[in-house]
Amino acid sequence: MHADHTTRRGEVTIRDLSKSFALNGQPLPVLRNLQLKIASGESLAIVGPSGCGKTTLLRILAGLEQPDAGQVLIDCLPMRGMGAERAIIFQEPRLLPWLTVLGNVAFGLDVQGTPPAEAKARARHYIRLVGLADFETAFPRQLSGGMAQRVGIARALTVQPEILLLDEPLGALDAMTKLIMQEELSRIWREEQVTMVLVTHDLEEAIYLADRVLVLPKEKGAVARLIEVNLPRPRERSDNDFVAMRRRLMAEFGLSRPVMGSNVGL
Amino acid sequence: MTYQSFGPYTEARRLEPAPSAALLQRAATIGGTALSRYGVVLGFLILWQVSASLGWVNAAIFPALDTIVVALAKALASGQLVGDIAISLQRAGIAFGAAVIVGIPLGLFMGQIRAVERALDPILQLFRQTSALAIYPIFILFLGLGETSKVAVIFWATLFPLLLATIGGVKEVDSKLIEMARTFGASQTTVFARVVLPASVPAIFVGLRLSATTALLLLIAAEMIGANKGLGFQVMNAQYNFQIPLMFGAIFLLAALGLTANAALVALQHHLCRWSIVAR
Ligand SMILES: Nc1ncnc2c1ncn2[C@@H]1O[C@H](COP(=O)(O)OP(=O)(O)O)[C@@H](O)[C@H]1O
Ligand SMILES: [Mg+2]
Repeated sequence: MHADHTTRRGEVTIRDLSKSFALNGQPLPVLRNLQLKIASGESLAIVGPSGCGKTTLLRILAGLEQPDAGQVLIDCLPMRGMGAERAIIFQEPRLLPWLTVLGNVAFGLDVQGTPPAEAKARARHYIRLVGLADFETAFPRQLSGGMAQRVGIARALTVQPEILLLDEPLGALDAMTKLIMQEELSRIWREEQVTMVLVTHDLEEAIYLADRVLVLPKEKGAVARLIEVNLPRPRERSDNDFVAMRRRLMAEFGLSRPVMGSNVGL
Repeated sequence: MTYQSFGPYTEARRLEPAPSAALLQRAATIGGTALSRYGVVLGFLILWQVSASLGWVNAAIFPALDTIVVALAKALASGQLVGDIAISLQRAGIAFGAAVIVGIPLGLFMGQIRAVERALDPILQLFRQTSALAIYPIFILFLGLGETSKVAVIFWATLFPLLLATIGGVKEVDSKLIEMARTFGASQTTVFARVVLPASVPAIFVGLRLSATTALLLLIAAEMIGANKGLGFQVMNAQYNFQIPLMFGAIFLLAALGLTANAALVALQHHLCRWSIVAR
């Protein structure tokens, strides 16, 4: 399943992807002829108004949803269903309440048949990485929302995917925890060298984390746009270039007044 | 940047137990909890004892507690009740065990397959709503008045709460958790073993406790209707022979049996479900 490690890993090619759902017997087109190439190790953010198909696209990439037409290639091979080279982090942590933090983080490896001792050791590594070393034996009900989401992130990282798919993973967190987690995600992405596809409705988060931002439109006929974020890392939210970038992105949504907040209510 | 440096923002929650200085306060709290929990029972027993020994009630019908305890101890010491306890435990135990062996696997299976569950739900509801006692005569007709019909009727009544609770538990399992497991490549069997089964355990325990109560109820009824041995029979028999203290003694034994069964199930549930908060 894994491509040769000396070649590029975690490259995603999306070709002519279309998907519609049935709504009251009528087809509801969600994605229309989407073309996109995500480079190995790239960080791509997907933004767009609610209902524009961000989650649908991510679920197709995860293999949880079938496209009506088009193709997804992973490392130049057609993607078939779910695969160990991809891991998805949902908007909710989706922890198993009967397992401890350690058990939850090791869950992916357990399911994949990794020997328990090795699974535990690797899980511990990623628990430390997300800063929860003191909470290994805690149960999910003993965790705050931010901690639970970190457990979910650690669980996805533990299976060492080449492609990390994130669906508004920080959407439910308070502002301060969110900033910390964005920093963490940025660090993890650098250290793990994964391809990251991050769905978010937070434009500042997109600029902070992404190499490129895909703006999905909601209206019929409109096309998706790609915006390069050419800012040096680590990024600083108050830098002039950062603010200018944010203004430009807001213009995409017809919201380009002098900018105060970044979180457009979509 | 390390996590420690985030200081006040790393929502740290302490998990250590309370310091030992608070031990006395904890003991007092436990005492208070026990009093608020069992105070009324204690008051009831005291009222019983006092009103019987002071003659407020007819002691021939409501013997004092000490009289009952003495009668019970005598009956147990002479071996009179021991055989009855054994046969009652055997009847309820076999029926309950069979209900567990049949009900839980069947419920786990039915809960997972929507079509099977939908097709069988109406008949299950019908069976459940039909009092097992009402159909006891049918069991007697087919199986005679012996052990088999008694065990069968208890089994019948015990099966449905457990079966329905298990089916309900499986159906309630969060599909998002199942989807999460599948994204890690979990097979059907793995999803069942690692997600569906553990998630259903609390609901199964609700069914188990309901079934245990039902088993005792049906046990007593069946023994009162057609038996010459067993605790239910002894309650009736003692009443016929006007051995009222012994009758109350047998009733107390039955109550103790029910409480013990429930306590055992709660303890097991606590052991298996440390992760959830168990309601008593
Ligand atoms: N399983 C489904 N069945 C029917 N319609 C769906 C389903 N999933 C999503 N949709 C519809 O597709 C559209 C896009 O949904 P989604 O991808 O969740 O949007 P986003 O994540 O961008 O908010 C919405 O209009 C939604 O109602
Ligand atoms: Mg969404």
